[in-house]
Amino acid sequence: MDILIAAILTIITAATPLLFAALGELITEKSGVLNLGVEGMMIMGAIIGFLTVNQTGSVTLAILASMLAGILTATVFGILVLVFHASQVPTGLALTIFGLGLSALIGQSMIGVAYEGIPKLAIPVISSIPILGDILFNQDILVYLSIFMVFVVYWFVNSSRPGLILRAVGDSHDAAHAMGYSVIKIRFLAILFGGAMAGIGGGYLSLAYSPLWVEGMTAGRGWIALALVVFASWKVGRVFMGAYLFGGITILQLHAQAIGIGIPPQVMSMLPYLATIIVLVLISSDRTKIKLNAPASLGKPFHESR
Amino acid sequence: MLPKLVMRQAPSKAMVYLSPVLALVLTLVASIVLFLIMGVSPAAAWHAFFLEPISTIYGLTELVVKATPLVLIGVALALGFRAGVWNIGAEGQLILGGIFGGTTALFFYEKTGFHIIPLILIMGIIGGMLWAAIVAFLKTRFNANEILTSLMLSYVADLLMNLLIHGPLKDPDGFNFPESRLFSDSALLPILYEGTRLHIGAIIALLVVGIGWILLSRTLLGYQIKVIGDAPAAGEHAGFSPTKIIWITLLISGGAAGLAGAIEVSGPIGQIVPVISPGYGFAAIIVAYVGRLHPVGVLFSALILALSYLGGETAQIKLNLPLAVTGVFQGLLLFFLLASDVLIHYRLKFTQQATL
Repeated sequence: MDILIAAILTIITAATPLLFAALGELITEKSGVLNLGVEGMMIMGAIIGFLTVNQTGSVTLAILASMLAGILTATVFGILVLVFHASQVPTGLALTIFGLGLSALIGQSMIGVAYEGIPKLAIPVISSIPILGDILFNQDILVYLSIFMVFVVYWFVNSSRPGLILRAVGDSHDAAHAMGYSVIKIRFLAILFGGAMAGIGGGYLSLAYSPLWVEGMTAGRGWIALALVVFASWKVGRVFMGAYLFGGITILQLHAQAIGIGIPPQVMSMLPYLATIIVLVLISSDRTKIKLNAPASLGKPFHESR
Repeated sequence: MLPKLVMRQAPSKAMVYLSPVLALVLTLVASIVLFLIMGVSPAAAWHAFFLEPISTIYGLTELVVKATPLVLIGVALALGFRAGVWNIGAEGQLILGGIFGGTTALFFYEKTGFHIIPLILIMGIIGGMLWAAIVAFLKTRFNANEILTSLMLSYVADLLMNLLIHGPLKDPDGFNFPESRLFSDSALLPILYEGTRLHIGAIIALLVVGIGWILLSRTLLGYQIKVIGDAPAAGEHAGFSPTKIIWITLLISGGAAGLAGAIEVSGPIGQIVPVISPGYGFAAIIVAYVGRLHPVGVLFSALILALSYLGGETAQIKLNLPLAVTGVFQGLLLFFLLASDVLIHYRLKFTQQATL
């Protein structure tokens, strides 16, 4: 039983950064913009968050700083894509290359620095329920926030008026423009939201998941988050499921080793990447489904003709 | 007075070539700010980064050694990017080339013969092609996004290398160190200039530039690549098969990256080590763009990116600057290039704000 609880707890911690980043990218893509720079925004969030907690000791400031780092990195992307009309694919790649480089540079002084990790927030009374209490109500603030954001994003996309406008912009920017909505402004906000969420997701890695700084510690999670959005067919509920599914795969390696299954650790580490490929294959082979669910203007540039 | 972007009647040919120059200038200017923030004198850092590495013959040969894999991969990626095929997993294909080529070199340990080096290079190409073929298969058969699959396979390749170098490829007399045996002389690429590491890979890279140029400008395949990339609908109408183009461009870029991997292990490294590339596969994406997706342009941009590696190493030794500066420099260059490229399709118009 203890092993099972431990496994579930690690699934939650492995899923949380993916959930943040994928929810953010979902909103960005709903606006019609494909930002391939999630990995770069996450790693910037990771280093800035870790740096901040180290300098100030404040978890709140660190989380805000992670978010801000993601927003600033996303701003660069937004300006290039929306103001300079740069194509989205190479700009996203540039963001990732730049983020990995800059974070390594900033993080020089943080290598080998220890941090105990952000504290758990036990919700009084209900956290003492056996088993369930520990799993559901004795987590850190970011885990709660990630779940809260699932509901917020779900409501925003499906039930709110701004969410409707966002989808309109993503499905047909020309029609949305003709109706008088500012496509550029709405897309910029969506990109910034994506950055904020990726930043927090990255911050979760260095503040909670493995509280330390390692160069390139995001290890492809930004890319997995991108794949999750496709896997989820741009649906919020499925992003949540997908993130937890991947969280489960990520931690398989830890527990398989603990139990002593004789598979080399490198092979176990390959699992999340191989699973991403398999999932993409399964979901993408149904071309009509992808076409129906993907925002129709995804990746296409917009220029005001008037 | 605010500058406004106005769409040009036709794309500016001049800006296509001026944009990389502008981007390079902006990167150099931005690097001043970067160096000031890091608390080093920009003059000293500039000297260490951009001049000192190429002020000696040895430095120049090292520049060519580093540019070689970048040219090989950059030319091939440019072909794919032209066709709209986004292979960004060249790093993984390079690693597979290193594994295949390196294993071949170890197979011929302490043997001699002129067939060994060609075999190493061919096996490297096959290794890279196999890795890219997975991407092509998943893309054409299952419609899986090649950006994500090729990148995921890069992480897998890295782990595969790690697995092999801690296992079967490990030097049996190496005190359990994760490195292979040093290759025999017959498995090492011939040196072009005694006393340096300049090897025949540089000539191969030049050949690839020539082949790439002819392929793109003089063959039907090159024409098909350009049409499919610029106007997919027109291409299909003309009967060009996108599936074929996806397969061919991925096999070419995979093969080129694999060749680069085999060249690295049998050239400058001389054995298999856990990390055989400082991100050449990713830097080659920047190389392809800065080189305007043209084989000859790639040749020049590869030298610039090679200098960023070399300069990073020199600045680390001389000024104790972290090696990560290289990555920042490369990222900045691509940012500025993408921003400058706006002037290809748009021009700046300075207009007086109309008063109501």
